[in-house]
Amino acid sequence: MANLMFGGHLLSVLIWLPVIGGVAALGLGDRPTHAKWLALAVSALALLLSVPLWEMFQTGTAAMQFVERAPWISTIHAEYYIGVDGISMPLILLTTFTTVLIVIAGWSNVEKRVAQYFAAFLILEGLMTGVFASLDGALFYVFWEAMLIPMFIIIGIWGGPRRVYATIKFFLYTFVGSLLMLVALIYLYLKSGSYELAVFQRLPLSLPEQTLIFLAFFAAFAVKVPMFPVHTWLPDAHVEAPTGGSVVLAAIMLKMGGYGFLRFSLPIAPDASRTLDWLIIALSLIAVVYIGFVALAQTDMKKLIAYSSIAHMGFVTLGMFIGFQIVAHTGKTGGIEMGLDGAVVQMLSHGLVSGALFLCVGVMYDRVHSREISAYGGVINTMPKFAAFMVLFALANSGLPGTSGFVGEFLVILASFKANVWYAFLAGTTLVLGAAYTLWLVKRVIFGEVANAKVAALTDLNGREFLVLGVLAVAVLVVGVWPAPLLDVMRASTQHLAEQLLFSKVAP
Amino acid sequence: MNVPFNASFFNAGLVYARPEIFLTVAACAILMLDLLLTDAQRRWTGILAVISLCGTAALVVAQPLSTKVVALGGLFELDRMAQVLKVVTLLTVAVVFVYSTDYLRRRAIFKGEYFVLGLFATLGAMVLISAGSLITLYLGLELMSLCLYAMVAFDRDSGIAAESAIKYFVLGSMASGTLLYGMSIIYGMTGSLELDGIASAVRGGFSANLGLVFGIAFLIVGVGFKFGAVPFHMWIPDVYEGSPTCVTVFIGTASKLAAFGLAMRLLPEALGASQADWSQMLVVLSVLSMAIGNIVAIAQFNLKRMLAYSTISHVGYVLLGILSGTAQGYQAAMFYMISYVVVAAGAFGMILLLARQGFEADKLEDFKGLNARSPWFAGMMAILMFSLAGVPPFIGFWAKLGVIQAVLGVQLTWLAVVAVLFSVVGAYYYLRIVKLMYFDEPSDATAIGGSMLMRTVLSANALLVLGLGIIPQSLLQLCQRALQ
Repeated sequence: MANLMFGGHLLSVLIWLPVIGGVAALGLGDRPTHAKWLALAVSALALLLSVPLWEMFQTGTAAMQFVERAPWISTIHAEYYIGVDGISMPLILLTTFTTVLIVIAGWSNVEKRVAQYFAAFLILEGLMTGVFASLDGALFYVFWEAMLIPMFIIIGIWGGPRRVYATIKFFLYTFVGSLLMLVALIYLYLKSGSYELAVFQRLPLSLPEQTLIFLAFFAAFAVKVPMFPVHTWLPDAHVEAPTGGSVVLAAIMLKMGGYGFLRFSLPIAPDASRTLDWLIIALSLIAVVYIGFVALAQTDMKKLIAYSSIAHMGFVTLGMFIGFQIVAHTGKTGGIEMGLDGAVVQMLSHGLVSGALFLCVGVMYDRVHSREISAYGGVINTMPKFAAFMVLFALANSGLPGTSGFVGEFLVILASFKANVWYAFLAGTTLVLGAAYTLWLVKRVIFGEVANAKVAALTDLNGREFLVLGVLAVAVLVVGVWPAPLLDVMRASTQHLAEQLLFSKVAP
Repeated sequence: MNVPFNASFFNAGLVYARPEIFLTVAACAILMLDLLLTDAQRRWTGILAVISLCGTAALVVAQPLSTKVVALGGLFELDRMAQVLKVVTLLTVAVVFVYSTDYLRRRAIFKGEYFVLGLFATLGAMVLISAGSLITLYLGLELMSLCLYAMVAFDRDSGIAAESAIKYFVLGSMASGTLLYGMSIIYGMTGSLELDGIASAVRGGFSANLGLVFGIAFLIVGVGFKFGAVPFHMWIPDVYEGSPTCVTVFIGTASKLAAFGLAMRLLPEALGASQADWSQMLVVLSVLSMAIGNIVAIAQFNLKRMLAYSTISHVGYVLLGILSGTAQGYQAAMFYMISYVVVAAGAFGMILLLARQGFEADKLEDFKGLNARSPWFAGMMAILMFSLAGVPPFIGFWAKLGVIQAVLGVQLTWLAVVAVLFSVVGAYYYLRIVKLMYFDEPSDATAIGGSMLMRTVLSANALLVLGLGIIPQSLLQLCQRALQ
């Protein structure tokens, strides 16, 4: 219906509506109130228009849907080619959903350059949707890089005291990885004569070629995920970014790394993925265990959640590559999809939970202006409603059954079990460590006696904050209790991907 | 070549040089007219100069052309590449004149000579671009260079400008001498001054000749100097910094297009058959330029100096396209050069816009807090900087993509990786400008000056960088057609 309404251009509308809205908001520079309402209207409209993506999605097929294809740069055979499958569609919904929440959450706590703040988030929303929807390598790359610009500005203008350091580090880290990916994309183009991803995925490549391409993609996506040892930009960026920036980073940008592995690394270089699976699995397990311990030692709430994000994203990459080990150890192919499903669910769940946790920290920061754990204590006495939400999200973060955090972790651990008990054991430590650092955080911040006068003067959530956290809480519980529709949506696509993984592209 | 001179045949070829002839007449007329104008009427010099540039561009576009035409006894040749480069040069100079007018007036150096010298330099660039023989090539180059030396020294009360002019003149003459020496060796080896004659002689078996390689080395030195490629880049930072900004922008844009024309005429056209020899030399120049340009730019506090090192690094990327030795590589290099010129014109235009009486606005900190002073122009400058850094969706990205594709196409993967790694280094100092504009508070609250015309043209310039970045097809196609 809605797709027909736009003549089959629903995805384009989802990409360009926020971008145009953002540019219009920039034009309202000296009228911040108008800009805010415009941002709310545009982001709400985008969310509304993304619902038909879910409603009209055909679950039985791995083929791309809502496809739009038009010539773009014929000289280099790049096309404006977009579409979604069961993996990218939920991520686009996550993007539109999160942006509305960010706009509402930032309603009254942005002090300077208000119009530019909301404009940056709207433009970012459009570009991120573009990343998930692109089916053409050149188009993908343009969105992927362009996205850095608004994020650079967001951290740099509205961030904390060390914002300049953090944002330049963020930009350059990501830029290095991306440019190596660009070299790989151009190589694939020269080899195949097209930038179409499906062509890349079919293209036969020798193992040395695949290995280099895999490593180039790895440079781009590992930085974005971020994987150990290229994760060091994330704690800085998270700590310095304004609340909205942290939420976008945690909820969506990190997912692009995972999405990149699924869309590029695995299907384009399956043989190299198989030979180098040990690398990813080892780094993932280090992220899960080591970064878990690092998180335990943090005194800054945002930093703690940032490290927890790295550990959780380690789960995502583990789930993606564990399939190769299952085949190697058991000779059966049954668990591959389970790992992939777990990885995607974990990405979505982490998007909701970490976004929510950053919003919680933002709520406290707006009142006390400190992110230090030691500045709080006994918040439950003055903010009971807030405490309830915070505890719920903390439990979801530690993977409590019934919350979204459980589904993905459970699937990944189950898949790891099929490969080797030790993988599962190491992955399982995250349940212990995750519970330890999150619950200890909650204990120190929320429970106990009222720590100081500032905490005693706290006021509980206002209606706006309650709405934002409430919506997220519902989402976390729905995905946790009833993940079946989500799994149905992505089943065909992960199955297709699993087949691609097993198919050798090395010419005999 | 031993063809007897035929006067009527020679004259018939003049029709192809119509734009050059028109520009010569116009420049002479403006020079005369300027003598009759009072200072209050001086703006007419600028207006007429811009009009004659646009008129010349129209004449170039109007020339019908199916294949390459060699005329005037082999001295002159007209092909699609020449047409495109000429039109871009003429329009760039017109834009530069518009940017310069306010600046000259505020400096109280609003003299007609600036425009007349600029027109003659443009004429030199056109002759060079259309050169069919080594003689015309050199003639055009010298006409352009001499005008530029004079333009640098044009603000005669400025000591630093005079110093730059001397430095530019001495080093430039040395480079011209080297180039001429190289040309004489090539002539001695091949027995021809015409580019076509040289090309067929080289194809005919001279390609492995040591003497020829010796000559090529001298040509590369000359070309490298005019381009400003490392290690022949010493003059660039000093001249960029010392010249009045309105001259810096001329040197940074129009003369780069001419240098590109020089390189294309000499290397692929005349010496295409010994591509293996000059490619290797260009690899060294290219890597060094990307490295030195990008790294040293980080240490600069003067924006003009920083842009000078940025130019050096971008020349390294242009050379990547040329050294690949394929049609696709030449197209990519041409695309890179044109897009760089568009962006550089805008960036220098921003300096000219912010400059006012007694204040050059060429320090990095002069851009502090620009977002608070003028969000619009901060946005325009951000577009230009991100484009220079090669971030999509701006035109600089497609330029970089093209040259990387060119070197990957000839299996120089390591060179592609080196190129992208140095462009990360480059991104840092462009980001620093964005940081100053957006993240810092202004130290100076003066309103942005500039005439309506200049502000409009500058905005259009920056928006062109964005527009061509989103839809680069037209420019890519133009370059593709120009060099098939």
